[in-house]
Amino acid sequence: MCGIVGLYLKNPQLESRLGQLFEPMLQAMTDRGPDSAGFAIYGDEVADGWVKLTLQATTEAFDWKTLMGELEGHLGCSLDWFQNASAAVLKIHAEEAPVRLALAELAPSIRIMSAGQSIEILKGMGLPQEISQRFGLASMKGSHIIGHTRMATESAVTMEGSHPFSTGADLCLVHNGSLSNHFRLRQELKREGIHFETDNDTEVAAGYLTWRLQQGDSLKEALDHSLEDLDGFFTFAIGTRNGFAVIRDPIACKPAILAETDDYVAMASEYQALSSLPGIEHARIWEPAPATLYIWERESA
Amino acid sequence: MKTIDLSTATVRDLNQALHDQVNNVEDREWVVTHSNGKHNLAVGVNQAVSIDIQGHAGYYCAGMNQKACITVHGNAGVGVAENMMSGMVRIKGSASQAAGATAHGGLLVIEGDAGARCGISMKGIDIVVGGSIGHMSCFMGQAGRLVVCGDAGDALGDSLYETHIYVRGTVASLGSDCVEKEMRAEHLEELQVLLNRAGFEHQAADFKRYGSARQLYNFKVDNASAY
Repeated sequence: MCGIVGLYLKNPQLESRLGQLFEPMLQAMTDRGPDSAGFAIYGDEVADGWVKLTLQATTEAFDWKTLMGELEGHLGCSLDWFQNASAAVLKIHAEEAPVRLALAELAPSIRIMSAGQSIEILKGMGLPQEISQRFGLASMKGSHIIGHTRMATESAVTMEGSHPFSTGADLCLVHNGSLSNHFRLRQELKREGIHFETDNDTEVAAGYLTWRLQQGDSLKEALDHSLEDLDGFFTFAIGTRNGFAVIRDPIACKPAILAETDDYVAMASEYQALSSLPGIEHARIWEPAPATLYIWERESA
Repeated sequence: MKTIDLSTATVRDLNQALHDQVNNVEDREWVVTHSNGKHNLAVGVNQAVSIDIQGHAGYYCAGMNQKACITVHGNAGVGVAENMMSGMVRIKGSASQAAGATAHGGLLVIEGDAGARCGISMKGIDIVVGGSIGHMSCFMGQAGRLVVCGDAGDALGDSLYETHIYVRGTVASLGSDCVEKEMRAEHLEELQVLLNRAGFEHQAADFKRYGSARQLYNFKVDNASAY
C-alpha cells in the first residue's frame, strides 16, 4: 500500500506553518503505511558555495560535536550544524564531493540522507506520529514538503528502506506501488556507476532518475523516460528545490488526488489526508491523469 | 430525519445503525455530516431509506447497496457503489476509479467525472456520468448500460460482453472487441429514459452507441484443432 502526501505553498505567509499544516496530512496516511515514515522539507536555504546535508546516525547518542570538529579541521572550511534526534543537519562552505569523502573516512556509520541547498530528509521506522514527533515536524518552516508512510512489500522495514529517497542535489522521490523490473535495472544502473544501499525497489527508481539527470536529462525528460523503463505500478511524488512534481504509471492503479487553492497545491494518496487543510472545501480537487507529469515550481529559488 | 456526525460517531456506528433498519425502520431520512473522505460509508444498506452524505466520501461508499437512495454531496473515492444490487446512488462531484464495479443493478449517477475503470465488470447496473470517464472503463462489462455525457478514455469496453455503452463526446480508443454500433429506435428510447432519470438535459440523438463485436467471448470452433 503506502501513502504519499505533499504540500507546496503558493502563499509565502504560510511558510512559518508548513510543518503544522503537514503533520496531520502525514498522520492521516497511517492506515496506508504504519511501518515507517519520512519527509523531505525544503527551506532555510544555504548561500551559493555552501551545501546542506542531512546526516543520520544509528543512535541519538551519537557524538556529533566531535565529528563536526574533526570535519572542520579536515576540510579547513567554515560549517554550521544542529542535531535533530538521531539526525543532524550540516551546512558547510565546501563542495559536496569532498564533504562526502571526508564523512566516509571520519564516520563510516553515518548515512547521508540528502544533499543540496534547501532539502532536508528525515525518516525512520515507526508510526507516522512517532516520526513526526521525533523530528519536531509541527514546528518546522519551509516552502514545500513531501512525505511518505510505508507499508513494506518489496524489501525489509529499515530506516534505509524508508522514503523519501534522495535522487541528487535537492531532489527526492517518494513512491506508492511496486516495481517488477527493479532487480535487472539495478544491475544495469550499477554498471553505470550508481550506488545502492538497499534491496528496495524505490531506491532503484531513485537511482534511475539520478542516472538520467546525470546524462543531461531535465526532470521532465527523466520522468518521461521512467514511464518507458520502469515496469510496475507507481505513483511518484518528486521534490525539487523550487517545487514538486507528481506522475503516475499508465495503468494508474495507485491512487493520487490533487487539490489547489490560491494558497497551496496539495497532493495525497487519499482525500482524507487533505481534509485538515484550510480552505479545502473550496479547493479545486482532481485526480492526476495516468502517464502525465504535473509540476509546480517557483520562478527562482 | 436522523443525523449522524462522523466527527463524533464512527463509521461502524453509522453502518450498524443503517443495517439495523432492515428489520425495523426507525427513520426514512438519514444525514451524514463531517464525512471528510472516510472510507466505507453507507456500505451494505438493505432498506429503502434516503441517505445524504454532506461532504466527500472515501473508498467503497455505498458498496453492495440494495434499495437505498444515497447521495454524496461531494466527491467519492475508489469503488463507489461497488457491487450495488438495487437502489440509487448519486455523486454530486466526481468519482475516482472503479465506480460501479461489478454491480448488478440500480442506478449510479455521477454528475462530475469518473476515473479509470468506471463500470469494470458491470453486471446489470445503469451508470450515467455527466462528465468524462477514464481509461479501461467497462472492461468485461456483462450487462447494464453505461452512459457518458463527456468523453471516454483509452480502451473503452475492452473484452466487452453485453453492456450497452453510450458516449456523447469522443472516445480516445476502443478496447479489444468493442465496436461502434447503429443507434436504433429502442436504443434512443432506453438512453433517453436513462438521461431523464439521471436528470441530464442531453438528447439521446447526440450520443453514439458502442457494444461487443462478439468475436472474443465465445470459444471459436475453428480453434478446436489446437487441442
